[in-house]
Amino acid sequence: MSELVINDLHASIETDAGDKEILRGVTLSVESGRTHAVMGPNGSGKSTLAYVIAGHPKYQVTSGSITLDGEDVLAMSVDERARAGLFLAMQYPVEVPGVSVSNFLRTSVTAVKGEAPKLRTWVKEMKEAMADLQMDPAFAERSVNEGFSGGEKKRHEILQLALLRPKFAILDETDSGLDVDALRIVAEGVNRYRESSGAGTLLITHYTRILRYITPDVVHVFVDGRIVESGGADLAEVLETEGYERFITAAQPA
Amino acid sequence: MTIAPPHDLAPRVASFDPDSFGVPTGRELEWRFAPLDVLKPFFSLDPEAGTVTGISTSEFVANVPIESVASTWTPTDLTGALARSGARSAVVIDIPREARVDEPVVVRLEASSSFAYQHVEITAGAFSSARIVIEANTVADISGAIVINVADGAELTLLMVVDGPKEHRLVAHLPATVGRDARFTACTVTLGGRAVRLLPSVHYRSSGGSAELLGVFLAEGEQFFEQRIFVEHEQPHCTSNVIYKGALSGALAHTVWIGDVLVRREAIGTQTYEMNRNLLLSDGPRADSVPNLELETGDVVSAGHASATGRFDDEQLFYLQSRGIPAELARQLVVRGFFADVLGRLGMPAWRDTMMQRISARLGMADEESDDA
Repeated sequence: MSELVINDLHASIETDAGDKEILRGVTLSVESGRTHAVMGPNGSGKSTLAYVIAGHPKYQVTSGSITLDGEDVLAMSVDERARAGLFLAMQYPVEVPGVSVSNFLRTSVTAVKGEAPKLRTWVKEMKEAMADLQMDPAFAERSVNEGFSGGEKKRHEILQLALLRPKFAILDETDSGLDVDALRIVAEGVNRYRESSGAGTLLITHYTRILRYITPDVVHVFVDGRIVESGGADLAEVLETEGYERFITAAQPA
Repeated sequence: MTIAPPHDLAPRVASFDPDSFGVPTGRELEWRFAPLDVLKPFFSLDPEAGTVTGISTSEFVANVPIESVASTWTPTDLTGALARSGARSAVVIDIPREARVDEPVVVRLEASSSFAYQHVEITAGAFSSARIVIEANTVADISGAIVINVADGAELTLLMVVDGPKEHRLVAHLPATVGRDARFTACTVTLGGRAVRLLPSVHYRSSGGSAELLGVFLAEGEQFFEQRIFVEHEQPHCTSNVIYKGALSGALAHTVWIGDVLVRREAIGTQTYEMNRNLLLSDGPRADSVPNLELETGDVVSAGHASATGRFDDEQLFYLQSRGIPAELARQLVVRGFFADVLGRLGMPAWRDTMMQRISARLGMADEESDDA
């Protein structure tokens, strides 16, 4: 049983006009086996939350804490966080020319597991994980994310989730830019991982569409850098019909 | 001596007579980046200069007196004309018509003294297919040309490796003529030498030709590498693709990349693209990068150019690190990928791996078993 605990987290970004606070006191706990959806309008800071958990250097944490089973995540480097069991599926995965998917995956798995996987079992494992996501085997020889379609990029992110087997998966807008078929394949991949690993999931999304495939235990409404309301899966249905309007109005200072 | 109209990118003067060219002052467009003091011996004829011999086990390679070579190339600058006047022998690599040569023809160029004139003449006969590797070790100062003729329907891949100590100088013209429906791929890998100036050019003899000019270079210390490319599309329906990637490290390292592409009025249906990327591995190095595209016709399929010089992409490093890969290893992956991306286009996996090993060694990286990019 693991627990990812975020407590009163404040973070800002440097801009030409000085530091701008984006996270304004986020408090959230996710336990193994549980799925939390963080839903919010554009610009609410929900993707920033994902990046801050992963340790993107662009953001400065000004106060608050993130712990993984009591360990101080904020004191860890980006790669240490991944090795501690955190995984971020990115909204915009980055191209790395000249580095093949197979080389990248093997290097990552070696780093996270602390030893290189045996070549024979590794090739089999990779091929099976790719087949699960309906990915062509030739994909392994392409450069990381280079020339990938939107759907291929997201499948590649979920492929990494399946192979790196983190304790907690943070999925940042994994549903964006996907057609219905691709969304189903990706969502099935996430569900397969949730069920087989018992990992905790933080699902960050703008739309309720993906929640038809991945059922959350808890739904948080994220507005203006903080969680303004939490509830069960039914809260997503309220958002579906009513939108974020009510919460945005409520979040405005009087 | 021929004089071209002065409005375009083509060299204005072509001549075997060194007196047709002035001694560079540094104010000329084609000499403005070069360290003229370092290259000074290349600007006057040295009667004592040695010769360059090709060492190879291949039956297609011969060393002959220069008089017996009927070259298709007329020098376009002072160093070229001097080297042609001073060269006494030539290395001839002749791939016979319709020959399909599976194993790469490997030729090591060896100078007979500390300063030598070089002339290499490569001919790929009609409908032949071959790959040639030229190892130009920087253990002497060398000035000259490697002239390439790719006949109709032929496929030629040329890898030129400039590697060795960092004291010596090399100036080499690499003029290529591409025949009807012929395919020419050239890649220069520049790692060694104090100052290296390479001048690859492509002319098309007929329609349907394609040329890919690739280059990777890694400049460290006070190394100066200049690559000055000229592609002249004077025939219809030809393609050219120019991709050069360099990495620089050390405050005195300096690289120059000039990509001149000229599409003549007759060259309808041309496809051309040129790109230069430079990666700064430390503070201080200087990378000059100038793409020039001149179109005399708008009736082309595509024409483009790109140039960028910068440090490590933070987003790439973040992405790799977020997958557990430590920062130093992530940087190595990015640099290796940066070069592998170009070398992978050669279609010579074994040589790609050898080149990657040499680059890794220069960067002080442990080489991996295989970079299966």
